[in-house]
Order: sequence, then structure tokens, then C-alpha cells
Amino acid sequence: MTVNDDLPDSPRENLGARRVGRAGFLGIVGAGAATLFFGKQISSVTSRLTKPFASATGLSGIVPSGGWRIYTVAATMPVFDPATWRLRIDGLVRHPVELSYDQLVALPRAEQVSTFHCVTGWTVTGVHWAGVRFHDLLALADPLPSARAAHFVSAEIPYDDYLPLSDLALSDVMLAYEMDGGPLPQEHGAPVRVVIPEMYGYKNVKWVQQITLVDAQSEGYWEQRGYDINAIVGHSNGYA
Amino acid sequence: MVSAGRPRPRYVQRFTLTERIVHWIHASAFFALLGSGLILYLPALSIAVGRRPLIKDIHFYTGLGWAGALVLVVLLGNRRALLRTAREIDLFDRDDRRFLGGELSAPQGRFNAGQKVNAIVTAAFAVLLFASGLLLWFGERDTDIRLGGTLYLHDVLMYASVVIVLGHLYLALIHRSTRHSLRGMILGSVREDWAREHHAKWRGR
Repeated sequence: MTVNDDLPDSPRENLGARRVGRAGFLGIVGAGAATLFFGKQISSVTSRLTKPFASATGLSGIVPSGGWRIYTVAATMPVFDPATWRLRIDGLVRHPVELSYDQLVALPRAEQVSTFHCVTGWTVTGVHWAGVRFHDLLALADPLPSARAAHFVSAEIPYDDYLPLSDLALSDVMLAYEMDGGPLPQEHGAPVRVVIPEMYGYKNVKWVQQITLVDAQSEGYWEQRGYDINAIVGHSNGYA
Repeated sequence: MVSAGRPRPRYVQRFTLTERIVHWIHASAFFALLGSGLILYLPALSIAVGRRPLIKDIHFYTGLGWAGALVLVVLLGNRRALLRTAREIDLFDRDDRRFLGGELSAPQGRFNAGQKVNAIVTAAFAVLLFASGLLLWFGERDTDIRLGGTLYLHDVLMYASVVIVLGHLYLALIHRSTRHSLRGMILGSVREDWAREHHAKWRGR
């Protein structure tokens, strides 16, 4: 075998040669940079186009086109055992209570279809939830007048977050135990999660196991890491 | 020079060691980032694997390592060869335009026009994936640098990159007339007769 190990030569003829490669490079980088600012608008158009395709081909379970992404903060997801699971409601209440899963689903049932917004930029529309309104749930523990906010403690340690009681009283806020016609799946917080469509997903605490009423809301998991305490969709966390 | 039977193939140097190292850093980082990224992105994989904080760290530091390694190669490697490569990729002549128009017999240089386009798109995607990745990482820590389209851009570039890489793998591993080029990217040299046929303006007819 003979090897000529001289440096590769440049092309010999360059008829009509133009230095256009750099323009292509800069064009793509520029278009990408623009997408950073207008991606939300573009994605709402493209997901409308890809959603029917994804559902028709069964890809929607695999590819999150206009669908969910599963965000967690612990190494493993909490496992729901109906036999041992309890929801504790305590803090500024007259009667701290512990509810089993059966006792929880026996409470007055509420249903709603709402949109879920994640602060990282994705949105799921038309999510069908069923669960309990906080008015019915918290009444069991008889809150004290000094209670102003609820501290939601997740079984996914160390996740937690707070919501003012005034927000929990909104008509489309609930503790959900069903999603899209079935029991809440493990990755969505089984058996119960907070649903507050007005706020970004990090306020919609998954795997809720304890609700402690307090006199003021404080910083939850993500707020301690820089997120806004008031997570109103479109008006917080850097969104105008 | 004909010995008994078949003539011995002559080989010509196509890529310097520096160019090959750039390629393989890019290739290995791409698959490490794709694998860890898909675990973060696809619900089924997220659920199966779990350990999101660890996978996030792996994804982020692989990205930093990838960019750092490329910077090191530029600082320590054969910059003359890299510059020459960049100049060749930048330049599109009449034959390149014929090639892109579907006339694959148009004589090509050391890089054919398709390879130039691939290199340009890959370089641009690398810049955008790195920048949007940094924005995702730091945007999670400081909401002031959160931009609405960052995640969307990162995802779209991933999908487009996978399509391009599949085409690239087909041409490098399967397609009969082009797969010899893999030898050049591993050992640096390619058969002279192959080079003459496919890269006539580089190696003459």
C-alpha cells in the first residue's frame, strides 16, 4: 500500500465560484435566532399540522407533538398504593384530617376541560380533568380564619409549592384524580395533583400527599431556584 | 506498477488528523446528546429511565465537553488544514451548482457540493443547539433569559439533525459508490482511483 501523506490539495478549477457557504451558515443561524423569539407562534401553527398526524399514526404516545413532557426532580417517581395512601390536611385548621383514596373520591366530583401551560414553553390544550374542588376538600378540616395559603407537599421529595387560598377558590382549580377519562397516571402525579390552569405547571403540584394551611405563601421548590411565586400564565417568569 | 495479478491500490490523503478528530468529536457527542436528550424529551423514555436530574446533568455537561473539545482542537490542532477546509466548504462553483441541481456527474472537489451543504448545515445547527441549550439551562435558573421559542428551536433542530444524520450514515455505511469515504474519515486516506472518479477536481482525471 502506498500512501501519499501530503496535505489535501484545494480544488483546481473554480469556474463561477462564489463564497456563498458563509451566507448559508449565517442564514440558518439567523433564522434559528429569530425562532427563539417567535417560536411560540410558529409552534402553535406546526403543532396544529402535526397533531392529527401524530394521533392518527399512534405517534402521540411516543412523540410529544403538542403533548406532554414528563418533568421530575427526584431520581424515581412515587408509587401509589391505594391501601396505604393517605392525604393529610393540617396546619391552620380546627380538625386535621387524613383521607384514604376511597374517602377522597367519595367527595363531590367536579369535571373540567382546561389548558395546561408549562413555563418551559409547551402547552397541552383540551385536558379533561376530574377531581375535587378545594372548597369541598378543605372544609373537612375546617380552616381557621388566619389561614391564607396552602402548602402542597409532594411525595416526590423534595418537591413542594404554595398557593393562596383565594386562588384555590377559583372556579377551575381542583385536586384532580382523573385525567382524560382514566385514573391520573403515575407520571402525572398519581393519585392526585393540583390543577390550576391560570398558572404554569410547576404550581400544579403532582403526587400531593399533604396540604398544610399557613398564614402566608412562601417559596416552593422552583421559586427557591429563581421562578416567580406568582406563576400567572403569560405574565410571569420573563413572559410579558 | 503492476505486480502479479491485480494492481496495488494507491492511496491519497484526504483528511488530516485534525479534521478527523473534529469529525469524531462531533459524531460521538451527537449520539451521546441525542440519547440523553431523548430520555429528557420522550415521555415513554422519561418514565422508563427516571433519574431526570442526573440525565439533565449528563446532557448539559456532555454539551459543554463537546464545545470545549472542539475549541481545544482548534487551539492545538492543524489550524491551516481547518482553514483550508472551511475555505473549500465556503466556495460553490458552477459544477457545485450543477451537482446540487441533480447532475451528480459534475466534477467535484475534495468535498462534493452535498458534503459542503451538510457541513454548513451541521455547523449552523451545532451553534444553534449549543446556544439554545445554554438558554434552556440558564433560563431555568434566571427567568429573565427565558425566551418563548427556545425549547421549540432545540426540538426542531434535533428532529432535523436526526434526518440529516440518517442520510449521512446511509451514504457513509451503505451506499456502494460513496461508502469508501468512511475509510478517509477513519484513516485519512482514500483510494486514488476512487478519488479520481468522485472528486475529479481534487485528484484529476
